[in-house]
Amino acid sequence: MAIAIDEAVPGPVTDDAPSTRRRGGGARRVIEVVLLVVLAVAMLFPVLWMLETSIKENRDVYAVPAKFFNFDFTLDHFKDVFVGADGGRSDLSVSFLNSVIVAGASTVLATVLGVPAAWAYSRFTLKAKKDQLFFILSTRFMPPVVVVIPIFLMYRELGLIDSKLGLILIYAAFNVPFTIWMMKGFVDEVPSEYEDAAMLDGYTRLQAFWKFTLPLLVPGIAATAVFALIFSWNEFVFAIFLTSSQEVRTAPPAIAGLIGGTTVDWGLVAASAVVFAIPVLVFAFLVRKHLVAGVTLGAVRR
Amino acid sequence: MAGIEVTSLHKRYPDGTVAVEHVDLSIGDGELFVMLGPSGCGKTTTLRAMAGLEQQTSGDIRIGSRLVNDLPPAERDIAMVFQFYALYPHLRTRDNLAFPLRAEGLPEKEVSERVAEASRMMRLDQLLDRRPQRLSGGEQQRVALARALVRRPQAFLMDEPLTNLDAELRADMRTEIKHLQAELGTTMVYVTHDQVEAMSLGHRIAILNKGRVEQVGTPLEVYDRPASLFCAAFIGSPPMNLIDVEVSDGMMRGPGGLALTPPSGLPRDRRLVAGVRPEALEVTAAGVEGSVPARVISAEVLGDEIIYVLDSGGERNVRVRMPPTVRFAAEAPVGLRHAGGTPPVYDVNTEELVA
Repeated sequence: MAIAIDEAVPGPVTDDAPSTRRRGGGARRVIEVVLLVVLAVAMLFPVLWMLETSIKENRDVYAVPAKFFNFDFTLDHFKDVFVGADGGRSDLSVSFLNSVIVAGASTVLATVLGVPAAWAYSRFTLKAKKDQLFFILSTRFMPPVVVVIPIFLMYRELGLIDSKLGLILIYAAFNVPFTIWMMKGFVDEVPSEYEDAAMLDGYTRLQAFWKFTLPLLVPGIAATAVFALIFSWNEFVFAIFLTSSQEVRTAPPAIAGLIGGTTVDWGLVAASAVVFAIPVLVFAFLVRKHLVAGVTLGAVRR
Repeated sequence: MAGIEVTSLHKRYPDGTVAVEHVDLSIGDGELFVMLGPSGCGKTTTLRAMAGLEQQTSGDIRIGSRLVNDLPPAERDIAMVFQFYALYPHLRTRDNLAFPLRAEGLPEKEVSERVAEASRMMRLDQLLDRRPQRLSGGEQQRVALARALVRRPQAFLMDEPLTNLDAELRADMRTEIKHLQAELGTTMVYVTHDQVEAMSLGHRIAILNKGRVEQVGTPLEVYDRPASLFCAAFIGSPPMNLIDVEVSDGMMRGPGGLALTPPSGLPRDRRLVAGVRPEALEVTAAGVEGSVPARVISAEVLGDEIIYVLDSGGERNVRVRMPPTVRFAAEAPVGLRHAGGTPPVYDVNTEELVA
């Protein structure tokens, strides 16, 4: 998402430039650039520091004063992320795998449930449709931390505590409303006449949706799924409350768990954070065009 | 080919909206039948019910002698053309045309014969290998028509097919559709909100309002004797002048004493309005015999005619259609007189034609 927004920002800035020059505001332009640079450094420094720490030798990590440039390079921290002290798989690598499974499965589930629902809300006249849609959205109003205790109690009764299935279900439940709302916008954009025509050509309504509307929705589904994936991937509160064992724990609580105790291996923390951030960045990069389309949908009318 | 009978059609959506209150229509075999009305009048819902895309709440639809209430769209043997042409975007023109035939499972030889025939009729031979994005609006609409043609259906249903085209192209396509229908002799139901389209295309026109049929008739019947005040205001541009009248001494008089020929059998005790077409009135020099004094508010010079808007005896916005040779300046005192036959007269309260 960050990438999409970064891409969206330069447009207006370059558009403004000529008018600034017309006003003869050379000084103004300098101030703008300086402010933007300061802002960029403030925003990016933690990321840079994380990257640097992840490739520094341990003694350079703890060096005072901090070494910005003249440090010894190593990839040991990354090795430690994946390989345990005994030479087998590390606990962190298990957590990463759990994250992949939980985020992937919950996204698939949310998409499979949400897309047909969005289609139905877009195409059919239903009783109290707006109220239904508002109710669906309202489930997202509450922050996870508010509902986590009741859900914990329910999960304990159902035996879903400390299970990947439990996390998959709760993430899917949180992502379905979002999927419905975002996908409804995309479905609205696809003229229903395609389905009408297909039905006149002998297809059932569901076949018409499947064969004609769905292929046109693929960009929208990709964008929506990435948002859902990012939510599931980053989610911390449910993960830390609803899981306890190393075998089930996802990456965010696992990485957080590295901090604390008597010593903190900052090199390992930084390296696991880098590994954790990469998939989201890659995904966001791959679908960046659709993300912008998804974000601005409704703002721009055809 | 077949006629279409719609009996007591009623459509109510789950959210309580009533799209069609009560519609009875009898469309003859080979007829070009136009359903005309403002948006939300139920014309499109009625058409979609005929196609089977909407399930009516109650009422019967027969195509030919077959009751089709519960048949899915594909089994009703009809073809539909949409406002948004609904060509499959991933298919070339050729495959778009062949699609309904292949879906029916016809042998490939017959498919290509029929596609060739339809593309010849709609002059699409140059466009067969293009995808819809590479076609102009008019071309897309011709492909959509051809796709309806290839099926050789019992009836064509057209849902505002020309609305998305620009004015010039619309006139061309109108001619084309009329010609095509005459040539094929297929029943065609055509939905539009454009009264010019309705008048120029239809063998008969049904005017719908608020889910009911207000009037069914040939274009001239509908134009000359609108069945209700709604129809009177809807058909014709500029619209019919609706003039408050009183009947006395065997004459019907408008404001300022404008004399109109009364139809026979006028009820005495009701408030009446006469519908006078702009071309049934005449602007004359002030004081001419048989005219009442009026004042020119504005003149719309259209080249082939001038539309004068007059104020006469407190009746503002009386529109008069005059040939372009007759010129009066704005604010000029003029005369106004009736030059046509007996106008239709409406009851103000029921809004219906009384004589």
